[in-house]
Amino acid sequence: MYVSVRDRPAGDQPDAPTGRRKKVAGTVVLLGIVSLLTDVSSEMVNAVLPLYLTATLGLAVLAYGFIDGIYQGVSALVRIAGGYLGDRNERPKWVAAAGYGISAVSRIAMLPAAGWVAVTGVVTADRLGKGLRTAPRDALIADASDPEVRGRAFGVHRTLDTVGAALGPLVAFALLWAVPGGYDSVWVVSFAFAIVGVAVIVLLVPDRRPAPSGGKPAPRDLLRTMVLLRRPLIACGLLGILTVGDGFMYLSLQHRDDFAARWFPLLYVGSNVAYLVLAVPLGRLADRIGRAKVFLGGHVVLVAVYLTAALPSVGTAWTLVTLLLVGAFYAATDGVLAAFVSRLVPDGARGSGIAAAQTVVAVARFGSSVGFGALWLAMGPSSALLLVAGLLTVVLPVAWWLLRNTEAAA
Amino acid sequence: MSARWKIVALVAVVVLAVSGGTFYVLRARAEHRPPEAGPAQVPTSDRLGAVQAVPHLVFRSTALGEGYGRVALVPLTDPAGARAFAPAACDRIYARPGETLCLMAERGLVTTYRVDLLGADWQPRQSAPLAGLPSRARISRDGSLIATTTFVYGDSYANPGQFSTRTVLTKAGGGEIGELENFTLTVNGKQITAADRNFWGVTFTDDNDAFYATASSGGKTWLVRGSISGRSMVSVREDVECPSLSPDGTRIAFKKHGTLAAGKWRLAVYDLRTGAETLLAEERSFDDQAEWIDNTTVAYGLARTGDTGAATSDVWAVPADGTGRPRVLIPDAWSPAVVGAAS
Repeated sequence: MYVSVRDRPAGDQPDAPTGRRKKVAGTVVLLGIVSLLTDVSSEMVNAVLPLYLTATLGLAVLAYGFIDGIYQGVSALVRIAGGYLGDRNERPKWVAAAGYGISAVSRIAMLPAAGWVAVTGVVTADRLGKGLRTAPRDALIADASDPEVRGRAFGVHRTLDTVGAALGPLVAFALLWAVPGGYDSVWVVSFAFAIVGVAVIVLLVPDRRPAPSGGKPAPRDLLRTMVLLRRPLIACGLLGILTVGDGFMYLSLQHRDDFAARWFPLLYVGSNVAYLVLAVPLGRLADRIGRAKVFLGGHVVLVAVYLTAALPSVGTAWTLVTLLLVGAFYAATDGVLAAFVSRLVPDGARGSGIAAAQTVVAVARFGSSVGFGALWLAMGPSSALLLVAGLLTVVLPVAWWLLRNTEAAA
Repeated sequence: MSARWKIVALVAVVVLAVSGGTFYVLRARAEHRPPEAGPAQVPTSDRLGAVQAVPHLVFRSTALGEGYGRVALVPLTDPAGARAFAPAACDRIYARPGETLCLMAERGLVTTYRVDLLGADWQPRQSAPLAGLPSRARISRDGSLIATTTFVYGDSYANPGQFSTRTVLTKAGGGEIGELENFTLTVNGKQITAADRNFWGVTFTDDNDAFYATASSGGKTWLVRGSISGRSMVSVREDVECPSLSPDGTRIAFKKHGTLAAGKWRLAVYDLRTGAETLLAEERSFDDQAEWIDNTTVAYGLARTGDTGAATSDVWAVPADGTGRPRVLIPDAWSPAVVGAAS
């Protein structure tokens, strides 16, 4: 079941790991910086988009939430295509760079885009770019990292990524503070961040070295990868369908106490801070005790998130604990999943494998959003969360069994 | 490209990006003139108490200069005349004799939102945080019920831009009645529980139980008639947004989307007795909850594309029967409310 992973010779890289404590490769840090700059750029826009849309477009934006679901589906398909293309032509760097480029160009298109259709188009382009780049980029990270420290490598990348996501809204609001109503300034500065990110990946990040065998994956191999990964994919799907989007979590907190309602825009900054603090330690823990264990542990934390969000609040501290746990969940699952999957597939199919797992998670979570929305309305936030917590508790041992066997095979 | 040239190219990109971004922002900042800078650009009056004593219009003043964004009052007999500023700034306003509902954004690094119920002395009698951008505000005729609509957006990290509205009913003496999302919604005899349900733009009837509002789901909108005691809403008619009940309770002024482009609406009146719908003489697209001046005229805000960059608007009035022509009622104004008029 398990295809052996070539260990890269230590001398293979410019900043070769030395001694027992292996360093995270320079490529990983560079890709982290690319993600940081890109996330500053995209979160700047995302943070002010609601304000901008209501200021210029009024209630027409109600349709937005609905259309958002369609984007998610398109983005998932593009993601598989991105991972597969990167593997097939052995140019993951250029597929990823194209994805970053599309998103960057979509920023500057916001300047003349003064209408509903235009804004929708721009947001779609950004989504497509994100879908395209994620899997090949994660394949590059896995390529550049020694298998033993892959969890940590992804942790480092996700930390930098999240720093960008946390800084973006602050930069945007600071700009609007300095230039009230200056949305065009936000788009221009966002574009500036994005273009530097594109420059870093194009100019500094090395592409994958051609595999010695030179075997290019055919479409059939994509299917083979999926079959190879069926147990982890089923586990990811089961867990994903019971992963309630953090958006719902924040809304639940907002319903519950005044603190959360008042500081609503800051809630996700709070969980992002927890995420970035915990991404590296949990990635390192995953390298030591096993990625599947940490991935599952993250979902145990998720049960705790549901409980803290569902039970009556005992004050502001309770809200902060919930945010901390949300961050811990993402830190234990997001990068760890990529590190886990990249160990289970052959080098040449890494992008496809990571893309497959991420797509399963994304599609399952989208399904979960739709289903949970209905539950929320039918039962109210608390009961709905408690129900999902119960289901997740039942599914966790099943997922453990699916993943344990996989790891045993490895 | 050699490593050295790559570094040079990167430095060039960084320098261009930083200098270009900085230049653009500094230029925008230099060109930006705060709308409240300088003396008021409209005639003002300091006889606030005198205006409060007669039938008057309360609105948000959008005249550039001192007083921009503040609550202002004009007598109903001279709406375009000198305005008296009240000591409060609001984004969305509604008023009844002796009380003013004031929805506002508190701008800062993180913008938060608040709703205040101001007394006749303009001091807040009660105050509550709002979940998002102020959109609509209403007080029942006797002043006992309050409705606010805000735009709420979910977390922008996982689901960028996901939007919904939140409409909350409250008692003026304190005490939440509830969110409309928690009321049952029945459309054409079928209960709707879809996750994309949204509600906005409440207008109260005089019995303090029934109200009208807009419900939406699956891209459609409906006029709904709700009951506070029954915690329920039932559809009355499709394609009606932001209803506003006439003082005699017989007609509803509303935004009709029809076959217009996204984000465009026509002002129309629906007669609850006959079911007749009349497009009013205002042919431009508008986005507001109309306010009845009396039983024959409705007022509404209309954005004006100014050359100053500041959000400018005027309050217009048009006959409610489809005749006549729209006219400017109050220049440089937004969010009008009629107070103390005999109906």
